[in-house]
Parts: sequence; structure tokens; C-alpha cells
Amino acid sequence: MHDWRYASPGAPHGPASNARHRPRRARLLRWPVVCAAVPVASCRQAGVLDPQGPIAAQELLLLINSTAIMLVVVVPVILATLAFAWWYRSSNLRASRSPDESYEGRLEFVLWSIPALIVILLGGVIWIGSHQLDPRAPIPANANALRVDVVALDWKWLFIYPDQGIAAVNQLVIPAGTPVKFRLTSATVMNSFFIPQLGSQIYTMGGMTTHLNLLADKAGEYPGFSANFSGDGFAEMRFIAKAVPAGNFDAWVAQVRGAGSALDEAGYAQLTKPSKAVPPTTYRSVEPNLFERIIDQTVSGSEKAGAGAAWCPPVQQAGG
Amino acid sequence: MLGRLTWAAIPFNEPLPIISMAVVLIVILAVLGLVTVKGWWPYLWREWLTSVDHKRIGVMYFALGLVMLLRGYSDAIMMRTQQAIAVGNAQGYLPPDHYDQIFSAHGTIMIFFVAMPLVIGLMNFAVPLQLGVRDVAFPVLNSVSFWLTATGALLINLSLVIGNFARTGWMGYPPLSELSFSPDVGVDYYLWSLQISGIGTLLTGVNFVTTILKLRAPGMTYFRMPVFCWTALAANLLIVAAFPILTATFVMLLLDRYLGMHFFTNEAGGNQMMYVNLFWAWGHPEVYILILPVFGIFSEVVATFSGKGLFSYRSMVLATLGICVLSFMVWLHHFFTMGAGADVNAFFGIMSSIIAVPTGVKVFNWLFTMFRGRIVFKTPMLFTIGFIVTFVIGGLTGVLLAVPPVDFVLHNSVFLVAHFHNVIIGGVVFGVLAGYNYWFPKAFGFTLDEWWGKASFWCWLIGFYLAFMPLYQLGLMGMTRRLQHIPDPSWQPLLLVAEVGALVIFAGILCQIAQLYVSIRSREERRDLTGDPWNGRTLEWSTSSPPPFALVCEVSSTRWVTESGRYPASDTSTAPRT
Repeated sequence: MHDWRYASPGAPHGPASNARHRPRRARLLRWPVVCAAVPVASCRQAGVLDPQGPIAAQELLLLINSTAIMLVVVVPVILATLAFAWWYRSSNLRASRSPDESYEGRLEFVLWSIPALIVILLGGVIWIGSHQLDPRAPIPANANALRVDVVALDWKWLFIYPDQGIAAVNQLVIPAGTPVKFRLTSATVMNSFFIPQLGSQIYTMGGMTTHLNLLADKAGEYPGFSANFSGDGFAEMRFIAKAVPAGNFDAWVAQVRGAGSALDEAGYAQLTKPSKAVPPTTYRSVEPNLFERIIDQTVSGSEKAGAGAAWCPPVQQAGG
Repeated sequence: MLGRLTWAAIPFNEPLPIISMAVVLIVILAVLGLVTVKGWWPYLWREWLTSVDHKRIGVMYFALGLVMLLRGYSDAIMMRTQQAIAVGNAQGYLPPDHYDQIFSAHGTIMIFFVAMPLVIGLMNFAVPLQLGVRDVAFPVLNSVSFWLTATGALLINLSLVIGNFARTGWMGYPPLSELSFSPDVGVDYYLWSLQISGIGTLLTGVNFVTTILKLRAPGMTYFRMPVFCWTALAANLLIVAAFPILTATFVMLLLDRYLGMHFFTNEAGGNQMMYVNLFWAWGHPEVYILILPVFGIFSEVVATFSGKGLFSYRSMVLATLGICVLSFMVWLHHFFTMGAGADVNAFFGIMSSIIAVPTGVKVFNWLFTMFRGRIVFKTPMLFTIGFIVTFVIGGLTGVLLAVPPVDFVLHNSVFLVAHFHNVIIGGVVFGVLAGYNYWFPKAFGFTLDEWWGKASFWCWLIGFYLAFMPLYQLGLMGMTRRLQHIPDPSWQPLLLVAEVGALVIFAGILCQIAQLYVSIRSREERRDLTGDPWNGRTLEWSTSSPPPFALVCEVSSTRWVTESGRYPASDTSTAPRT
């Protein structure tokens, strides 16, 4: 396909000349190969492409199916565009032409029908998919769901385990194979809670509660982060969602209860101060109803002086 | 309430803004000096700055858009470079507070001060000519619109030097944009520059709706209007309907900031979701305000350079008006992840994918216009073919994002960034450049250089694919947007490819500058004496190039315009239909 580059007028064409040029061509051809190899090589299975739970798996399947449905039209359109452009070029003497403004009612009907049919099909996919994968819908499973309350802070994540009475910052430990029922809010600006390998993200907003249900199939460490820009520390607002075997989860809870400090009024006030790249921390106990109180505080604005001070020079590490 | 301006507002301690400010000041002083030395002030003042001629205003809009394109591009290359090098332990060269300003400014500038002026500039120039009228309905208002837009552009550039720009992203979501989280002047720059230019845009909308509905030349019935006029009508109807929403929303945010009100705050009953809804109730029609006129340009170009009439003009008009109406019913797809119920998400997902129907019909119509045509590959036609191929990919990813569960994993990722650049560059920018190459001879009386034009096309096309295909992949790999620092080193190779793509796009911009320079130098050889260098045969091509100041079309000149606004070529035997 690169022949045209070397076909100078008068140059002999044929096997001999091709053979003579082969080394140079091979060298030049290496570049496109290298360029193509970079994306392929970096196509390590990760993120959305590497689902580790039923929600993420269904969403990936939906992504692939919808793409396939549309490619049925998109690929022929691209090929036809290039083919028409090439064949009906003005210098092509073999092309038949009809310069008058043609108007063909039946063809027009077909042209409206093709995208309409695709969209009807996709509309069904959208309706069913939206209901099946509603973030609020509980995930059916044998195990009882684990409840986790999530609070977005500047610029870290607070995870409260209300049933276990413990809490953690920038570290989410969950049992594998057990559905997790998240309630989420923000003590600061809008953020979005997202663990790509487990599926759906959801906004966290001050004074409001959003709901999300996720499940990790097997043990592993899955990166999570905020997907909605929230200020200077946004890029480092990351955590690891660690799914552990169900038995190990209780051991982890016991371990957390036995060490660290308690998350009380003063500890939370410390947390609300802006800080970046906060290392994972755990709290052996947490005040009851802290999640509800955070929502009340955000609405009433009583914590405004502390919680909203995004312009203060950030403290490098949260206390506690 | 309005604060106090001190020397501390100028960032003397930061080399980057100071150097760029110095360069800009030197360029401005050099231009002003040249104008003074050459004694061009009276001409410039009388013929351009105070002109109410729609053609002159159109050219000034376009020039403003091109200058701001350079500013927006410099933001883009700074972001790409930061993301390419700030990986792992490296922090790059831009601290967060600077990087956050840059991506906010990039989005704001590219939408409001590049895409809008370019599109409005082409509408200003071509629509009255195509309708066969002397000027727009309110010529003075038109000038006011332009200068309001230019004022907004000036204000946003001032933020480079005095104070700072918003660090909220171009959408300015509260509560981040509220006083408690953004107490500095950045958000004020954002709000005021968009308020001022927004009023200008609204006036443009009123002006053009009136012009197209009330001022067509005798004989120019609705169904004889070229498709560009139809798409301009649809876009301006959208402006009139959508821009007041933006203005009102920003007024509320301004009241929050200045008078301590609580429309969108966390506390005291404010509702940030209301801002997001209102913003996108403007924002989604806005993307159609940009893309619809461009669809019109492609329709003109593809018909002209295929040597035939547009395939199924009536479908095209119907599709345009369909998109115009539907574009107001889809805004929620920008925030499926806000936690609305499944019914609401599904409804807006389906409405969004329905827009693909009229859009798909348009693509088919362009395709069948080329079918059995006689295609001449001039620069505008190359941009059109590049557009069709690129745009259907952007359409595919767009419909993908309209599937709510898919959006749950791709929302705010760089996949989304790749999608809207795919439709904005592959659609709006390609269209505007096609229109620029197409109408330039009409505006200035000589054609643009083809070699440099084609070079710029290939650079834009290849640069676009190199810059944004990696972002699609990165989005799937879990990279979110607006990251000042890249946590995962495995993303770096693709980010480097994207950086190369951005540089290739810059080569495209340089080719365009070279094209303009070369064409002006050789303008005597490339004079268009026919008035219709492309055999375009819509009404604007029936006058001389450049057109006389006051074009007055008689009934006789439009009498024989056929459906779809083209008059028959003189060398064919086709008889006029009317």
C-alpha cells in the first residue's frame, strides 16, 4: 500500500525493482507497525475492560453489544463514503453519472428507516438496561449486603461501616461475593464515586444522599477515585477498594477495632480540613449516625468555616 | 462587594503567564504600531471597526475566532504536555492551581470564543447573500453583538494577566464555583465574560431569526432557501430559546456570589442539581447551535463539489428541524450519574439516541449526493469527506454514552473527552474550515491556495486521530478527565501518542496561516472574476466577488432559483422549473 510513495515516473516497475526497494521499505514500514503496537501493547486489560463484578460485567457487555449494533451501519457508511468519493472522482471516466437532482421517495423511506430501526433496537436495550442496572437496585445474592456510608471530603474519601462501627479513610475493604450497599454524600463540593472494575459511578452531593450497589466477584485490589473535578487535590483523590475473602473481612474488622483512634467530633473536624494524597487510615470506632449528622451539618452550613476552606493551604496529612 | 484591585493581582512570580503576557503585549503593540505607521487607522475605523455591513462583521467574527483558536490551542498543548510528563513520581511543570485554570479556560474559550464566533461569522457573511438581501434585519444590533462578543473575549484574556481564571472546569458547577470554594476572581471572570458575550449571541439570534423569516428577497420562498439558511434558522431559533437560560443561571450564581444568596449552595436550601440541569438545558442545544450551521455548510459543499443538487433537500430540512426540537429534550444525558431513577434515565437515553435518526438521515443524504456525482477534490470537499468518516465514529460513541448503564462507567472519563472532541473537531472545526475555504473567494475576490489547504486538511485529520483515539482507549482503561497528575504509568505511552497528535494539529494550524499568507501574496493570479469559482449556483455566487456593499436582488434574479436554492447551470439544458 506504500507503493505510490516510491513510484516515480519512469522508474521501472516489476519484481526486480520491488526487490531492490524491499529493505528500505521494510524500514519505513516499521514505523506504522511500531505506532500500532503502542496502543495494542498498552491495551493491558484494565479499568472498564476488566470487570471484576456482575455490575461492571453487564455494563461492559452492554457497551460491546451497543457498539456492535451501531457498527452494522457505521462501517458500511464509512466504506461507502470512501468508495463513492473514489469511484465518482471527476477523473474517473468509467463512472456513470446523473447530474440532475434525483429524488427517490422509496429510497428516502429506506434511509429514514435504517437509523430508526437501529434506534428502536437500542431504545429497548436502553430501557431494559437502565432498569436492570439502576444503581439503587439491590444485587440479588445469598449473602446479606454489607452497608457502607461514603463521604467525599477535600480531597479524600471517608468510608463508614455503620453496622461494624468502624471507619476508614482512602481505604475500602469489602468481602468478595457479598453485595455492598453504599449510601453516599459529600461534605464539600460535588464528587463522583467510581471503582471502574466494579461498575457504576454515582455523584456525591452535599446535603443529599445517593445510593449505589456493587459487588466484587473475587478478592483483589481495585483502584477507585473521584470522577468529578473537585478542586486542587482532585487528581490524588484516590483509594484502593480491597476485596478480601469473606472470612478475612471479619478478621479485618476485628483488627481495625483493636487499633487506631476513634472518629469523634474533633477527629471529623480535623478530616474536613483540605488535605491531599492522604494515606489510608482506619478508626477503631465511629460516632453513631455520623453520616446523617454530616448531611445535616452540610445543609445548615455550621461547618462552613472548616469544611469549605478549599483555598487554605492544604495540610499534607489528615489527623487521626 | 466587588473587591479591590492591587498589584498583587498580577502574577509577577510566575514566569509562564508573565512571559506569555509579554509576548502578547509585544504582538499587540507591533500590530498597533504598524497600523499607525502605515496610516491605516481612518480606513480601519471607518470600514471595519464601525462597520455595520454583515460581510465585514462576518469577517471580523471569523478573525476573532481564529485568534482565539491560537489561545485555546496553547491551553490544549499545555494540558497534553502536562499529562504526558506528570506520571508516577513526576509532577510535571504545572501545579494544580495553574493546570485547573488552563483546562477551564480551554473549554470556555474553545466553545464561546472560537466555535461560536467562527460559526456566527460564516452565518453573518453567507446568510444574507444566500437570501438575496442587503443586510441583516438590524445591522447596528449586529455590530453590537460582535463587539459584545469581542469584549467577552478581551475580558477572558485579561484574566491571564490580572488575577486568575476559574478553576472549576468550563461548566462551573456549584458548589465549587460558589464563593465559599472559589473566593478569588476566577469564577467572576468566567461569569462576566460569558454574560457579556452571551447577550451578544442572543442578539445575533434575534437578528438572524428575523432576517430569515422576514427579509428574504422576493421570490425566495422557504423551500428555495439553501440548506445553510435552514440550518442557520434552526441554530438561531435555538440561540433565542437557550441563551436566556444560561444568562438567568449565571445571574443566579452571581447573586449567590455577590449578595450571599443560596440558589446553588450546599447550605440554606440551595440546590446544586438545579444549576446542573439549567446549565445543560442550555448546554445541549448549544452543541446543536454549533453543529447545525456546519451541517448546512457541508450540504452546500458536498452538492457543489459533486456537481449535483443535494440529495433529498426536503429530508434535510425536516431532519434539521427535527434535531432543533429534539435537542431540548435530552439535557439529562449529561448527568445520568446523578442518581435519577431508572425511568428518567431511560427516557432521556432513548430521546438522545433518537437524535441519531435525523442525523443519520443527513449522513445518508450527503452520501447519496456524492453517488453518481462528479466529485472534485478541492479543500472544502476533502474536509467534508473527512467529516463524514470521522463524525459517524463520534456519533457511534455519542449514542454509546446515551445508554445510561454504559455512561455509568464512561461518564467524565477521557472517553467522553474523546467523544466531544470527535464531534467538535471532526464536525464543527472541519465544517468551519470547509466553509472558510469555500466562501473565502466570495469574501475577498481570490481563491485560497489548494496545496496548503490540503496540507492543513491532512494535518488536522491525522492529528485528530492521533490525539483522540488514544483517549478513547484510556477512557476504557479507567482514566478520568481533568487529572493534573497521572497515577498509572501504563497510561503514558498513549498519552505520548496524544501529545504527538496535538502537535500534528498545530502543524495543520500553521499550514492554514501559510495558506493565507501564500494566497494573499499571489492574489493577483488567483483572482475570481466569474463570481462563482466553484460552480456553486446558490444566490451568493450570482454576484461579483467580493459582493458590492449593498446587494439588491430583484425579483428577476430569484425568479428562476429552483428548489434547494440553486439556479441552473448556464451550460446545461435544464430548464428553470418556475
